Amino acid sequence: NKFNAHPDSRCWYVAWNPKGTLLASCGGDRAIRIWGREGDSWECKTLLQDGHQRTVRKVAWSPCGNYLASASFDATTCIWKKKNDDFECLTVLEGHENEVKCVAWAPSGNLLATCSRDKSVWIWEVDEENENEYECVSVVNSHTQDVKHVVWHPTQELLASCSYDNNVCVYKEEDDDWECRATLEGHTSTVWGLTFDPSGQRLASCSDDCTVKIWKECQPEEGTDVAWKCVCTLSGFHGRTVYDIAWCPLTGALATACGDDGVRVFKEDETADPDQPAFSLSAHVPKAHTQDVNCIAWHPKEAGLLVSCSDNGEIAVWNYQSGV
Amino acid sequence: KKELVLGVTREIYLLEHVIRTIRDPEKPNTLEELDVVSEECVEVQELGEDEYLIIIKFSPTVPHCSLATLIGLCLQVKLQRCLPFKHKLDIFISEGTHSTEEDINKQINDKERVAAAMENPNLRDIVEQCVTEPDD
Repeated sequence: NKFNAHPDSRCWYVAWNPKGTLLASCGGDRAIRIWGREGDSWECKTLLQDGHQRTVRKVAWSPCGNYLASASFDATTCIWKKKNDDFECLTVLEGHENEVKCVAWAPSGNLLATCSRDKSVWIWEVDEENENEYECVSVVNSHTQDVKHVVWHPTQELLASCSYDNNVCVYKEEDDDWECRATLEGHTSTVWGLTFDPSGQRLASCSDDCTVKIWKECQPEEGTDVAWKCVCTLSGFHGRTVYDIAWCPLTGALATACGDDGVRVFKEDETADPDQPAFSLSAHVPKAHTQDVNCIAWHPKEAGLLVSCSDNGEIAVWNYQSGV
Repeated sequence: KKELVLGVTREIYLLEHVIRTIRDPEKPNTLEELDVVSEECVEVQELGEDEYLIIIKFSPTVPHCSLATLIGLCLQVKLQRCLPFKHKLDIFISEGTHSTEEDINKQINDKERVAAAMENPNLRDIVEQCVTEPDD
C-alpha cells in the first residue's frame, strides 16, 4: 500500500499513534497530515498547514495518544491537542537557536526532549495541572555538532541522542539536572537514528557510514554509573546512508530506512553469548521507494506491520512475515 | 550521461569564475583556468536500472575558496533539476586546506543541512540566481 502524502515535497517522518489507528506524517511542504485507515486504503483525516514556517522534520505522539508534538526547521516545537478529527495548537516551544531536528515524549508522558543543529538537547517538563505549560528543565550541550535524533528508554528515565559529530550520548537525571553520562564512539560519520530494544538493555544506531551498531549496557568503571559498549556492527548491507532504524517492540525484529531506496529487516540469530549478538538480513525490499527512505516505524499493536516514507513524498505500508 | 554532468559542472565552474571576478576585481582570472574541468572530475556509475551514481570532484581554481559551500549547493540544486535520469549524488570539493575540505564535504553531502540551508531566503535567492538560465 503506497500513497502520496506530501505532494511535490519530501516526506521526512511518519509515526503511528499509540493505538495504531492513525498515522501522522510531516514534510518539506511545512505540513503535518493525519491519516486513518478506510478499508484497504489510507485517507487524510486532518491537514495541519499553518503550524510551522519551515520544513516539519519529525512528529511524535504522546504516550496517551491525545497530543502530537512537531519539530521544525523554523526552530520551534509545536504541541497539538487532538479534538476528534481536528488538532489545536496548544503551545509553541521556543528556545533553540536554529532547526529543531527531533522531538520525543518520555514513556511517562511527563517529559519531552528536543534536539537541534544548535548542538543542544533540551528536556522539558509537562505541567500536570496545565496542559499548556511546558518548562525547560535542562539544556545539555554534550555534542559538538548538529544533534539529529533523541529517543527515550522504554522503561527508565534515560535519554539517548545522536549527532553529526559521529557520537551517541546517553543522559540521566541527577539532582534535577540532566547530564550526559556516556558517550558512545565508533561510527565514522553522522549518526542519524537510534532505537532501544524492547527491554531497553540494548540500543541500535544507524549512520552515514552505512552501518548499524548495536550497543549494550555493561559494567561501568569506577566513578561512572553508566557504560555502554558496541557489541555488534552490521556492515556491508546498506549501500548508502542509513537514515532511520526501528526495533519492533513485539517481535524484536530490526528495520532500517536507507538512502539507497531500500527497506531492510534484520533478525537476531539464536546465539549463546548475549555480549556478542548476531543479526541476519531477513527481508530486503531494494526499491521500496523511488528515492531515499527517510523513516521506518513498526506498528505498535500488529506484529509485522511496518510504515516507511520517502524523499518522493510517498508513504508505504508493508507487511513483514518472518517465515521461519 | 557523463557529458550531461560534465556540461553542468563546467557551467558551475564558469559561475565560480564570474563570482570571483566580481568579488576580487583586483585578481583577474583568465578563461584558460576553466579548462581544469576534465573527464576525471566526473564519474558516472550505473547503480541499477536507469539509475546512476554521480561522483563529482570539484577543485576551485583558486585554493581556500570561500565560495566552496555555495558552489556545492549550486551543483546539488542544478544537477537535481537538469539531469533527466534518476541519480544519487556525491560531491567532493578539494580546495587546498585539508581540514576545511572534510567539513565542507560533510555539509554538502548532508541532505538535511542542504534542505535547511535552502529554506534560508537569502541563501536560496543567491543559489536561484546562480542556477537559473537567462532564458528560464
